[in-house]
Amino acid sequence: MTDRRQFDVLVVGGGPAGIAAACCAAEASLRVAVADDNPALGGQIWRAQQFSPSTREAAHWCRRLQNSPVQHLVGMRVFAQADARTLVAESETAVFELAFQKLILATGARERFLPFPGWTLPNVMGAGGLQALAKSGLDVRGRKVVVAGTGPLLLAVAAHLKSYGADVLLIAEQVSRRRLLQFALGLAAQPSKLREALSLRRQLAGTPYLTSCWPVAADGENKLERITLRRGAKTWSLPCDYLACGFHLVPNTELAALLGCTLEHGTVRVNDLQETTVPGVYCAGEPTGIGGLELSLLEGQIAGYASAGRFDTARSLFTRRNRLRRFASRLERAFALRPELKELPHPQTLVCRCEDVALSRLREHSSWRAAKLLTRCGMGPCQGRVCGPALEFLLGWQPESVRPPVFPVRVETLMAAAIRDEPGTSLPDPALRS
Amino acid sequence: MPESVQLTINGVPVRVPRGSTVAAAVLLAGHPGFRRSVSGEARGPLCGMGICFECCVAVDGRQHVRSCQLLCREGMEVTLGD
Repeated sequence: MTDRRQFDVLVVGGGPAGIAAACCAAEASLRVAVADDNPALGGQIWRAQQFSPSTREAAHWCRRLQNSPVQHLVGMRVFAQADARTLVAESETAVFELAFQKLILATGARERFLPFPGWTLPNVMGAGGLQALAKSGLDVRGRKVVVAGTGPLLLAVAAHLKSYGADVLLIAEQVSRRRLLQFALGLAAQPSKLREALSLRRQLAGTPYLTSCWPVAADGENKLERITLRRGAKTWSLPCDYLACGFHLVPNTELAALLGCTLEHGTVRVNDLQETTVPGVYCAGEPTGIGGLELSLLEGQIAGYASAGRFDTARSLFTRRNRLRRFASRLERAFALRPELKELPHPQTLVCRCEDVALSRLREHSSWRAAKLLTRCGMGPCQGRVCGPALEFLLGWQPESVRPPVFPVRVETLMAAAIRDEPGTSLPDPALRS
Repeated sequence: MPESVQLTINGVPVRVPRGSTVAAAVLLAGHPGFRRSVSGEARGPLCGMGICFECCVAVDGRQHVRSCQLLCREGMEVTLGD
């Protein structure tokens, strides 16, 4: 029923961190594979760029990947663990057991979404969400787009959409101008980041960038027609085709948690060699803390070399990585969410989009657990990946423990996995074994 | 003219550039609503990267397929939630 594959090093996640990890591990003549849920490797930032990379860095890594013997397991969603050295994954039509000696988790990040009236309307999307669709064939030429939320991603998304021909009306950033300037001044110590920021600014010449500004409502008949923004005492509406709205990023830590890796403050704890608290399991990129492309590439390389036992090569990258980590913590402080955003959702605003649970129903409960049991909040197909980070901000609820499958899978997949189940394994749920 | 593929969305033929995801094709065909939520609201893609499950459609008879994670194939039959 299942197809079993054996690797020396298995990388889960094919973004920059995963690609770098795989390339470095493969240099040591190991059998290396990258498993990724998407139709191609590259992650979100290098989505659809393998054959026409947009930067020198992307070109370098795409070429390196093409010239390495790394196996690409795309369209492959890892959802459970069969035993300490085997993961189980599902493709569009089959089930796979992926056995490994060393594992590198490079599962990336997702956007943080905050609920506000109208946020469930079609064409209200994540900032990275609309960008991903534009990279995947959506024609945005001439479309009126408002980009909103927080974080450096907003600028990158706006510049991208503009280059695709979208009419970016404005960028609304919740952080204050003062805080942003402080952050920008600190960029002087990071020449590459400064160059990036200046280049984005050039590309966005003529597009208003409003600080201390955020969306308070989206309206329309069956789809978005206009967005209402607030800035200080001023509130105004703007007709638009798309709202691209995300409030910075949250690490994808579900698989690490399932494997028993220790998390702290929502990130995966790693040592200097990027090894988690589970021996032989490494983690690189955004799951260890949101730090962006350059840091992800360095952490990926370190994890790749370390997994192959090339510790000296890994150590030679520590200084650069540690400098970028300091930048990452400044980034997190600079784009912290302002408390006023907790007032964004009205009592009747849906928070859980899978089960359509409104904020007023959640406020009746004191914890995730109680709310889950009584409202089904977080129990739909996204398994709380969207509402969880929102509720952590809105109500201070901490995420619950993770149980397999970490992604919803087909019943046939669960059956195939359970049939192969042997004593001593932990798949996927006791109820399914009998 | 880029190479293209033809699929059907709710029985209507649509031609899109090869390499497009099903989610992009559905939006290009003028359907912002992909599915109905449990309380009947129209919903479309949110995250664009396989996390939120808002873009689920039926593909060749298989239900609950995330359209943002699937590339269009020649002759594919896509059905939206009504």
